[in-house]
Amino acid sequence: MPWLSILMGVSVLGALGVAFVKDDRLAKQATLAVSLVVLALTVVMTVQFSPNGDRFQFVETYDWIPAFGVHYGVAVDGVALVLILLSAVLVPIVVLASWHDAEAGKRSVRTYFSLLLVLEAMMIGVFAATDIFLFYVFFEAMLIPMYFMIGSYGGAQRSYAAVKFLLYSLFGGLLMLVAVIALYVIAGKGTFMFPELIGAIKDPTTQKWLFLGFFIAFAIKAPLWPFHTWLPDAAAQAPAGAAVLLVGVLDKVGTYGMLRFCLELFPEASKWATPVVIALSVIGIVYGAIVAIGQTDIKRLIAYTSISHFGFIAMGVFAMTSNGASGATLYMVNHGFSTGALFLIAGFLIYRRGSHFIEDYGGVQKVAPVLAGAFLVAGLSGLSLPGLNSFVSEFMVLLGTYERYAVPAVIAATGVVLAALYILWMYQRTMNGPTAESVRSMPDLNIRERWVVAPLLVLIIVLGLFPKPLLDVINPSVKETLTNVSVTHPAPAVAKEGQ
Amino acid sequence: MEPAEILSNPGGVIGVSWLMIALPLLGAAVLLLGGRRTDKWGHFLGVLMALASFVVAALVFFQMLGFAPAERRVSVPLYAFIPGVADLGLLIDPLSISFALLITGVGSLIHIYSIGYMSHDTDRRRFFAYLNLFVAAMLLLVLADNYVALFIGWEGVGLASYLLIGFWQFKPSAATAAKKAFVVNRVGDFGLLIAIFIVFTTFGSVAFGEVFPKAGEASQGTLTAIGLLLLLGACGKSAQLPLQSWLLDAMEGPTPVSALIHAATMVTAGVYLVVRSGAAFFPGDGTASLVVTIVGVATLLAGAIIGTAKDDIKKALAGSTMSQIGYMMLAAGLGPVGYAFAIAHLITHGFFKANLFLGAGSVMHGMNDQVDMRRYGGLRTLMPVTFITFLVGYLAIIGFPLLSGYFTKDGIIETAMEHNAILGWLAVAGAGITGFYMSRVVFMTFFGERRWDKDVHPHESPAVMTWPLIVLAAGSAVLGAYLVLSNRLMVFLGPAVGLPEELPAFHVVSPVGLATLALVAAGAGYAWLKYGRQEVPVVAPRGSFLTTFARRDLYGDALNEALFMRPGQWLTRLAVWFDNRGVDGLVNGLAATIGGTSGRLRRIQTGYVRSYALSIFVGAAILAGAWFVVGTL
Amino acid sequence: MTTHYLILSALLFAIGGIGVLVRRNAIVVFMCVELMLNACNLAFVAFARQHGNIEGQVIAFFVMIVAAAEVVVGLAIIVTIFRTRRSASVDDASLLKY
Repeated sequence: MPWLSILMGVSVLGALGVAFVKDDRLAKQATLAVSLVVLALTVVMTVQFSPNGDRFQFVETYDWIPAFGVHYGVAVDGVALVLILLSAVLVPIVVLASWHDAEAGKRSVRTYFSLLLVLEAMMIGVFAATDIFLFYVFFEAMLIPMYFMIGSYGGAQRSYAAVKFLLYSLFGGLLMLVAVIALYVIAGKGTFMFPELIGAIKDPTTQKWLFLGFFIAFAIKAPLWPFHTWLPDAAAQAPAGAAVLLVGVLDKVGTYGMLRFCLELFPEASKWATPVVIALSVIGIVYGAIVAIGQTDIKRLIAYTSISHFGFIAMGVFAMTSNGASGATLYMVNHGFSTGALFLIAGFLIYRRGSHFIEDYGGVQKVAPVLAGAFLVAGLSGLSLPGLNSFVSEFMVLLGTYERYAVPAVIAATGVVLAALYILWMYQRTMNGPTAESVRSMPDLNIRERWVVAPLLVLIIVLGLFPKPLLDVINPSVKETLTNVSVTHPAPAVAKEGQ
Repeated sequence: MEPAEILSNPGGVIGVSWLMIALPLLGAAVLLLGGRRTDKWGHFLGVLMALASFVVAALVFFQMLGFAPAERRVSVPLYAFIPGVADLGLLIDPLSISFALLITGVGSLIHIYSIGYMSHDTDRRRFFAYLNLFVAAMLLLVLADNYVALFIGWEGVGLASYLLIGFWQFKPSAATAAKKAFVVNRVGDFGLLIAIFIVFTTFGSVAFGEVFPKAGEASQGTLTAIGLLLLLGACGKSAQLPLQSWLLDAMEGPTPVSALIHAATMVTAGVYLVVRSGAAFFPGDGTASLVVTIVGVATLLAGAIIGTAKDDIKKALAGSTMSQIGYMMLAAGLGPVGYAFAIAHLITHGFFKANLFLGAGSVMHGMNDQVDMRRYGGLRTLMPVTFITFLVGYLAIIGFPLLSGYFTKDGIIETAMEHNAILGWLAVAGAGITGFYMSRVVFMTFFGERRWDKDVHPHESPAVMTWPLIVLAAGSAVLGAYLVLSNRLMVFLGPAVGLPEELPAFHVVSPVGLATLALVAAGAGYAWLKYGRQEVPVVAPRGSFLTTFARRDLYGDALNEALFMRPGQWLTRLAVWFDNRGVDGLVNGLAATIGGTSGRLRRIQTGYVRSYALSIFVGAAILAGAWFVVGTL
Repeated sequence: MTTHYLILSALLFAIGGIGVLVRRNAIVVFMCVELMLNACNLAFVAFARQHGNIEGQVIAFFVMIVAAAEVVVGLAIIVTIFRTRRSASVDDASLLKY
């Protein structure tokens, strides 16, 4: 079964269908149905994936531009699979959450939902692509639906935010395009297929240049400090649902790309760049957290917390230990759920009161306890409370980093303290204290919103207590990656008995 | 004696000992998810789950008593958590089961008490949900068989503490106190986290059973580093210097919370951590142990001094809690014999401090939630049960002969004295101050003139609140003697903490004990002179410099504010400014430069055909010239 | 022999070019363009004669045809501009800028 093509095909056909539905309500329902079908198919596909089988499964390869060795090549390994699963889970939730978000937009409601489905197809495609050229195409094409979702349905400063997002990403993308073409030419294999290009570039200097081309694109996408300033603008101006997909999935393409392409294609250059990348990550972790503490806008605050979290992910990737890389991959998934929940609940809050600013809230817990409770759980996941999903990944990343780079790991661990500060202070200012006059009549979450929040919270708790199923899928792929990078795993100082 | 081998699951009740954790967790889940539907019977479910957990703990305890002492170390693996790093599993040994019994036992009593105390609160159900959550997390903390699982419980109790301190979240002070407690604890957790990293990278495992036997193979520096970082974690959770500041603010929570979490159980988790890791990372003569004792002594004095000046009955008791945990910490730094006394004092303290806090809660309940002791006075006749039980707790804590505190605290002081005379005498001094401030609390509350307002009608609390008090008072009275005499607890704990075969005999009467007693009597007498015989002014007098010093919590908050909060605020503002103006400014500046340049270049398009033609001519001429030059080269 | 023709051609071309650059009347500019084209024609024909091949003369015809077509379009534009703006100055038709 060509699972991956089916997934993308269903989304694209759904998008076309939705675009021509006249009735807005029907368009929403159709979108929800399509995204649920995609989710169901993804789950079926995941079940058929055998973690300890071949690295790439569900392989499909067809010639696309034979003259240049460009293929339509899709397949998944464990890392790509969990990220596709993340996308497939988030889209129906976002659809349900965005039920009324597109009504105030410049364009029609059905366009918004159609764009969502197009985006879903591209998200699946970008993670599934095994042809680097195809990856590049998806990488850039994803910008377009997101550009319109921000630019046409966003907040007051949407144009500025959308253009900034587009220009930043295009800049990175073009650098990558240069590197992609150079890789094709220098490798001289006449193909863009990723598995054949592993180890193709031997010369260290060439590796460094090509690495930079890829890395800067991914660092902008992720975003790493200091390429991050587009994210708070884009995330704050985007409608909540689009912000979830932007931060939850699109940005993961950056960290995914680092793990998949930077490390495996340019192992020597990656090792050469590690000190700088780790330094940038640690700066990002602490800096993002400190700036988050000082934010006055809820959505910007959450965006800055994400910058801090992306620092953790990048650090885990470049620590090049199995705990670090597996933890980083798990972090990508967990961050999607926990930040997704935070953005969506903040979106519900903002929808009710019509203000982005923290100071306009206060005492919401008293009038909307379910909303406040859900916000707290999502927030606690954001501060990596043990027992919730983010803890497992953050712990693994820090542990994996500590095994190789003790000092950066210790500095990064201060982010744990700062996270408590920014989350709880935000929670205190919005939810605790005397009930503000303006929120006194605020309704609690309605049925639709509870259905949005419930699956995320369930995932947050379940993945916090039983991360093993996901890790079992991730670990073999990560091991393969690290083998291709040929790093030796640091052994414990006191060797285990019998060794 | 080396710690015994860990046996695998023997079945029976021990096989399902995870029920201890699962039952209260289930209770919390039902109450939180059930919402208002469960309001009617929620508190009963909460109590039931706590009691059920206690029953399981007791059954496990009795099953374990059936084993030979050397075999009382059983692991109950649950499931694989993070493959290659940590699995979830329980370790049932004398140490963990002692804690489990204390937590579920005192916890159940406090649950029962809360039915009465919280009866007027519309959110009583939520309160019981959080209490159950706390019990589950605390049990995970003490029963875990590895550091990662311990850490889950460790932060879990932090969460429960956060939720319960901020239970009346509509009060800004409560919300702030809750956040402060969590953040300060996180500083400690940071230390614990790093300690876990070092343990894993050194030993390749985080399981107690694999790490402790190999501890000797690691370098001294590594062991000391682990010890100090674990201590940092312990300081956060147990409110030891320098992370003590959150505990006094934590009294914003409802009083049963102060009793359960901030007196009897959670704050002792730090002591548990030190004792559990003791044999491996706190060798009796190492640097880490020395630091533990210093922290303990400093805190026991600081807490006692703070206790002397507080007019808020709960804060006075909180200062006392700090001080008593200081004693335990001191003991925990004194090697195996110290561990046993630390645990003994921890258990008796759990009883008498819970007793005192619940007594204070009972007083507040009858006094319209008044906490200022200057507004109390002469309550002994109006609240007889509360008075008697409080009195027992009071006598136990000051170390009145033959009551609990007498045995356990004296044990600590004598062990400290053998170890180091300075530590010992400071501990004796702490006992004297304890005598003063606890007597002050009793005299101000139950004796003297009646100083309350007209609309307050003090009354005895209902039976659901007094019975737990009576049970706790009974425990406060006799438990110390039971545990310490004939070394019962030491023999029981021996295999878990690695006690020597030859145990030192405990002398009921000793010179140090007499000296302590004399100082305590002096402290109590002074309190009688100041607060018993004289009339207590309703408005606090200004007092000397020392009084202010103690009232302001030894300027701990001022110090934190000056050292961390204000610089932190500046740093935050600076970072936000830098991000907007610096990083983003650079990006926007670049964009503006490009935009400006093209705006200026645009001006070349004047619209005059002549100038276009001229530029074409010039261009053509340049090209021709260039071609000519290149051609001639 | 050819040199003389070429010098004349260059002179005519220069006069035309300067005329295009300095004159404002659209008709005159236009005539100057014609002058430049014809200067080129002269050069083409001269070279064709010198080398004895026909192609230069053919090209001269092409240029004439293109010039005629250009005159038709150009004059039409100039007349239209004159009708709307009452001016035949090229500087007045400077709306298409920035």
